[in-house]
Parts: sequence; C-alpha cells; structure tokens
Amino acid sequence: MQGRIHSLESFGTVDGPGVRYVVFMQGCPMRCKYCHNPDTWEVNAGTLMESDYIIEQYERNKGFYTDGGITVTGGEPLLQIDFITELFEKAKAKGIHTCIDSSGITFNPNSPEVVAKFDKLMPLTDLVMLDIKHIDDEHHFELTKQHNAGILAFAEYLSEKGVDTWIRHVVVPGITDDDEYLYKLGYFIGGLKTLRALDVLPYHDMGKVKYEKLGIDYPLKDTPPMDKTILLDKKKAIINGIKARRAELGES
Amino acid sequence: MRPEWKDFVGGKWENEINVRDFIQKNYHPYDGDDTFLAGPTQNTKDLWAMVLDLQKKEREAGGVLDMDTKVISTITSHGPGYLDKSKETIVGFQTDMPFKRSMQPYGGIRMAEKACADNGYTVDPEISEFFSVHRKTHNAGCFDAYNDEMRACRSSHVITGLPDAYGRGRIIGDYRRVALYGIDRLIEDKIDQKNSTGRVMTDDVIRLREELSEQITALKMMKEMAASYGCDISKPASNVQEAIQATYFGYLSAVKEQNGAAMSLGRTSTFIDCYAERDLANGTFTEEQIQEFVDHFIMKLRCVKFARTPEYNQIFAGDPVWVTESIGGVGVDGRHMVTKMSFRYLHTLTNLGSAPEPNLTVLWSTRLPQNFKKFCAKMSIQSSSIQYENDDLMRVTHGDDYGIACCVSSMRIGKEMQFFGARANLAKCLLYALNGGVDEVTKKQVGPKYRPVEGDYLDYDDVMAKYTDMMEWLADVYVNTLNVIHYMHDKYCYERAQMALHDRDVRRYFATGMAGLSVVADSLSAIKYAKVKVIRDEDGIITDFETTGDFPKYGNDDDRVDSIATGLVHKFMTMIRRHHTYRDGFPTMSVLTITSNVTYGKATGNTPDGRRKGQPFAPGANPMHNRDTHGAVASLSSVAKLPFMDSQDGISNTFTIIPSALGKEDKVFAGDIDLDLK
Repeated sequence: MQGRIHSLESFGTVDGPGVRYVVFMQGCPMRCKYCHNPDTWEVNAGTLMESDYIIEQYERNKGFYTDGGITVTGGEPLLQIDFITELFEKAKAKGIHTCIDSSGITFNPNSPEVVAKFDKLMPLTDLVMLDIKHIDDEHHFELTKQHNAGILAFAEYLSEKGVDTWIRHVVVPGITDDDEYLYKLGYFIGGLKTLRALDVLPYHDMGKVKYEKLGIDYPLKDTPPMDKTILLDKKKAIINGIKARRAELGES
Repeated sequence: MRPEWKDFVGGKWENEINVRDFIQKNYHPYDGDDTFLAGPTQNTKDLWAMVLDLQKKEREAGGVLDMDTKVISTITSHGPGYLDKSKETIVGFQTDMPFKRSMQPYGGIRMAEKACADNGYTVDPEISEFFSVHRKTHNAGCFDAYNDEMRACRSSHVITGLPDAYGRGRIIGDYRRVALYGIDRLIEDKIDQKNSTGRVMTDDVIRLREELSEQITALKMMKEMAASYGCDISKPASNVQEAIQATYFGYLSAVKEQNGAAMSLGRTSTFIDCYAERDLANGTFTEEQIQEFVDHFIMKLRCVKFARTPEYNQIFAGDPVWVTESIGGVGVDGRHMVTKMSFRYLHTLTNLGSAPEPNLTVLWSTRLPQNFKKFCAKMSIQSSSIQYENDDLMRVTHGDDYGIACCVSSMRIGKEMQFFGARANLAKCLLYALNGGVDEVTKKQVGPKYRPVEGDYLDYDDVMAKYTDMMEWLADVYVNTLNVIHYMHDKYCYERAQMALHDRDVRRYFATGMAGLSVVADSLSAIKYAKVKVIRDEDGIITDFETTGDFPKYGNDDDRVDSIATGLVHKFMTMIRRHHTYRDGFPTMSVLTITSNVTYGKATGNTPDGRRKGQPFAPGANPMHNRDTHGAVASLSSVAKLPFMDSQDGISNTFTIIPSALGKEDKVFAGDIDLDLK
C-alpha cells in the first residue's frame, strides 16, 4: 500500500525514545495556530511511497536505531490509518519499536468502524505520543478549529487498551499557559493508567518562514516564543494535577 | 623487581621495552560513574587564571606574546620556565618563559624568518646567515631535488599543503616509556639496537646507525632538561605525579625540537591510571591531588605554542598543535580500557573550562561501559570539545595500544609512525581531465597535454576515461613529490626525540590524502544522471558548466552516487599503491581535510556539480553543504560506505548539531523522561 509522505528524517532525536527514523505523513484536519508544519496540512499533496520502501530505508541503517525505532508523525498520521497499520505490521515482524505521534483527532468512540481500525492498529503500536492542545473544549476549538472530545476519548481508549502513552503539551504564552487549565489537564491525564511521560514543549516561532513561503497569514505573529525558564513552573502545574488525581484514585 | 615497580604485576615488560604489556597486566577497568571526580584546587585556579591572563595579553598583542629570535630551540636550549613554581605540580615549558615561542629553523629558515617577521620580530642575522649559507634546511633540500612538474603542481595547488617548508609532524613518541623505564634503561636499549644493526654498510644501515646515535643524544638531553627542573628521570617514575611529569618531559622534548603539523600525545591516560590506582591504594595521594596533577598536566599541554606564519594558520584555521590524546577503547582480550583516568582527563574540561587543545579523543566502541558513555555525552554537550573515533574499526588493524596523530591518523604507539603527505586536489584533477592538463585558473599547462573533452555536453564514460588517466598522472607526481620531502626531512630535520621513544624497526606509514571527494562525486553524478553542458572561455578552456535536470547527491544514502565516491577512493588508493615509496613506507590515504578544504576550494574553478569557483569544498569526507537532505543518519551512512582499507589513514566527517536537536533538554536527553511523582 502507498501512503502520502511529506518527508523522511533519518535522525530523529526528539520524537520518541532513542534515535528514530521519522516519517512525516501528509495531511491534517487540525489548524492549530502555532503549527510549525503548515506544509503538511494539504491532504492531497506529498509523495506516494510504499510501506516496504520505508522499512527498507530503516533496515539499511538499523544500527543507528538500536534504542530507537520508527515514529510516524505529520501532519496527522492517523488520517492514513490503513497505511500505518500495514507499515507497523511489517515493522513488528522485524521487531522494530513503533511510535505514533498524533493529535488523536481522527478517533471517534461512537463509530464502530473507526474503533475497529484502531483496535487493529494498537496491538502493533509500542508507544503513542498524544498531543493534547487544550483541556477546555472552547479554547481547544478556538486554537485548532476542532473539538477535543474525540481526543480525550482517545486518551482514555489508550489507557483501557494498555498502550504506553506520552502526553505532549505545547505551552504558548497567553493561549495555553493558564495554570488552572494546566492543572485540569494534569488532573485528566492523571487518570490514565498507561501514562509514561509528560513532554512539555515551549512554543517557538520557527514555523513563521514556512507560512511566508506558503503565503498564509501567520496567526501568532504577535506572540513571543515561550520563555523556557517559566516552562518548569508550567510543567509543575500539570504535575500537581496528576498528583491530585492519583491521590484521589489511591484513596478510592 | 625494581623498587619503583613495587606492587605492579610483573611480566614481559620488565625485561623488554613493552608498555602495552605493562598496561594490560596492571590497569583497572572502571565501570562506575563520574561522582568520584574532584574539582579544581586553589592552586589550579590560580595557575589557570595566570594562563588566561597570558592568553588575553597574547591576543591583545596581535596573536603572539613573545618570540625567541636568538636561540635555536633544542631539548636543552632553554633554562626552566614557570608560571608560579610554588604552585605547579607538573612543570616545563618549551622555552624559559610561558607563551614565548621558540625558534625552529631546521624545517626551513625562510619559514622561521617569516613567522618572526609577520609577528614583528627579526631573526638574529647570524642565524639567518648560518642556515642560508652553512647549514641546509629541509625546505632547501626539497627545492634542490624537485623537478619542474612538481613545482608547477605545487603552485597551481593541484597538490597542496605539502610539508616541504615546515615540520611534517604526525609522529607520536611513546612518551610513557620515559615514565615506566627511565632514560638510562632506554639508552641501554638504544645502544643494544645500535650494536645489532646489519654489518654491511649499505645506505640503509648507515642511516639507521646515524639515527640511533641521534636518538641516544636526544635521550641524554631529555635527562639534562629534566634535571634543570630538579627532576631525575634517569630512573623509572615511582608514583603518579612522577609518571605524569616524566611522560610530559618526553612530550616536551618533542615540541622543543619539532614544530610539526601535528604533535600528538598518544594514549597515556590508562597507563597513568595504573600509577594512580597504586597510589590511591597505598594512600600516597588523594583523589584531589591526582586530579590536580592531571589538571596541571593538561594546562601545560594547552600552553604549547609554535611560531607560525599567517599563511600556515590559514591552511590549518588557527595555529593548532593537535595535542591529540586517545582515551578509552577496548582491549583485544575484550575488557574495555576505560579507567578512572579516562574520566579525569575529560574532567579537565570542567575544571579548566573548554578548550580545543589537547584534542581529547574518545576511542568509541559500542562496548564501552554505559556510565562512561553517559559521561562523554554530558561532557560533549557541556564543552563541544570531544572528538570521537571508531575503535571497533581501528582495533582490527591496530590492536589496543594505538593512538591518533592529528585528527584521524592511527598508529601503534612506539611501533608505527607516519610520513605525513597532505593532499591531492581531486576536484581540480577532474577539471584538468576536461581541459587536457591546462589549469582552469592560471591557464597554464600543468598536467600532461592529454586530449581535452570535445563537444558541448559531457559524456560520463568519456569523462571517466580521461579522469582515470589524469588521476594516474596525479598519483605519480604526488607520490614522487612526497618521496623527495620525506627523504629531505629525515636528512635535515630528523625527529630524534620522538624516534628515540620508538622501537628500532618501525613501520612507516606513507600517508597521502585526497581533497574534494564530495565535489567530484556530485560532479560525476551530474554528468551521469543529469545533462551537463560545458562553457568555454575565449581560449577554449572549459571554465563553467550548465547543468539541467536533477541528479543524486552524495550524503543521502543513495547508492547511485555513493558508489561513485567509494569507487574514487578505491581507484586513487590503488594508483598510489603502484608507486615506489621512500623507506618502503606502507601507503595509506586519508579523506580528512578539517579546515584546509577552504583553501583547496579557493584555488579551484567552477565544477559540474554547481559549486562556484573559489567556494570551499566540504570538509573531509563530508557531503557538500545543504545537499544532504535526508537527515544525519542518511548523511553519515554515505560517508560510512567509504572503504576504510583504502583510506586507512582516516576518514573524517565534521558533524555539527545544535544541542536542542539532540533532545529537548539535557535531562530528557539523559533518559530522565519518566514522571517524577514522588
């Protein structure tokens, strides 16, 4: 099967554990204001590639990936869930560690058809890095042009299915840095049984150039990059939420 | 057993000069972490502040603080020099004052004069006269023997950076021998060697006997120099401080007499650790004291200076000494060779701050202990000052007691040495092939007058055939030029101090090198896979190209072009091997320009890959800048395909990455990503 690929990175160091082969999938239904890869939005663009080709590229340099594996990201990789499933089937046959970096936006707990597809993919997936943009639905919609119900449902689905999960959250000054919401986010993910790590990322504006090239207006042109020194406090706010939830769960 | 060797495990090393055997019997592999390390002492801080102050003054003075213009540097030419005698635990400078550069005219008097003149000093006219009239130098010898073709290649830069006017360097004395055996024992050994030479006085035997005599003289002078500092190195070192001091005196002797293109230290840390472990066990010294000795030793290595010209500094981007020290690696018996001393050496980057010298080089193996790997990663992030080399690759041919000279040249310590041979410019050679030996910049006929390419478009097979012929010519003139150079260097600028710390019968690597590999590979790829139209100037010489269509570029793990690169390396090495080499040197090649790629590029016209005239080549075996578009692993994989057996002198890849691309924060990178919920 062929997938629509935006690009390939042979030395991924920030998209999961170890050094990883990173597949940037083309197409995304979200329109996050801070997106630094607007060139991956268009669903019908990219280069068509066979899953075999990707496995072959990985295999020829597998010595570099001994503690790593393959990460699919994007764009929204799960838009092409059939392709990812085929890719991961082949990867697991070779013992490759598999990771999905997703927004979770395509998950719909009320659609048996969608759930069936996820049920097929999850046993082939070693790790999901789920990026929760905002815990509050209204703010989430304002930020991404999408609702977060499916995303939060996906987080709980991962917990039920026993899939290791890292939660990622980008802190944008004035948009996603409110301590109360961060605490709520923590409170929510504190209930996930398979939560393995929390990745708090500072907003940066390195995507600006791409917007200029694509001729799109950059929505956050007045927002400064996130001050990294404040970031540790923001992380703490989330962790406090996690602790509170864990404490409650421990009591009951 | 000698009293200095008490508590060491004996063996062959007691009865023969065999440092490796001593190390293998006595070193303690260390699997622990870096928590045992000690910070700098007050004396270390004081001394380092003095060095920083001198560095500042040196910069303010335009790059040189003081130069000797009267005394020709030898091992014993200068009295002792100190920063602060009362605080230094390891002593010794090249001259009688720190930061005063010594005069070393044997490589070439004009270079010595120019180095002084360019820095505002004048060599004593008597010395100038002596080396112009009465005593020939290496440089004068080379030019006496060069033929016209060699001179033409030299000035057109199709061969560049030849060590015919400066010291060739790249020879590492086994400085550890001074510590383990003491000078007297080494002299006895050299006398035995001299008494065992062949009885028929052929040229070779005469030369060897003369050289051994020179070596014995050097050893005696080392003893005398050490004595001027109040140190007796006639006997073996009896503790870690003495061992470091004696090793350093050996090295210091070398840099007093040779202003070489690379004056590397070898592989001393695990050797020194044998003494440190013994002293710690006996309570002779504390960890703080041992770290202080190491800090002071490294501080001295950071103060090694040479008198050099701006042109020299341009080729080498600064005035590097290449005090390379090789750390770690794995032994042939399977034990790793990381010791506490490996940590202590790297820890100087914390205690004294980052510095490019000494060039701390980790011999990397997948089998190094995890704690040491973590420490290396941490120190690399902190200092950006560690070089890594593939021990798993080199151990196969060099065993477990080799060291790196300069940046990549590997050799068994005390058993192998190298004749450094700079580089041939393969990109310019390609242009010569197209233009029938006419230089594209000067328009002079430099190479042989072969038939140039005809027509408007380049045909791959036609170009390859012509290029092969031109490479044959280049290999021929290149190797022969080097034969002249090394003959003259041995004759007029012999490295007696370093060679005194070698076995008698050493293997001599005859090193050659190539520059412009990725330019040529991409150019040939363009000719093969795209359409390359030539543009001729008014003299009919091809000076530019018009390339239409895309072509695979080296650095993307694409076999179509990577095979061109590997083929070139194999081909040129095969050509080199077909020639006679001076003293039966074992021919090797490197693909390793780390800085001189800029100079080579400057002298080379437009190339079919789209590189413009004068633009730098990529360093070493690197892909051309911005042409590797598939990430670092793909880029590294292309480089890794180059056949090591055809470039045994080393393949370098300069790799720069911003720390944040290796992980979002150092804690994350160290693997501490799990939630801390305690």
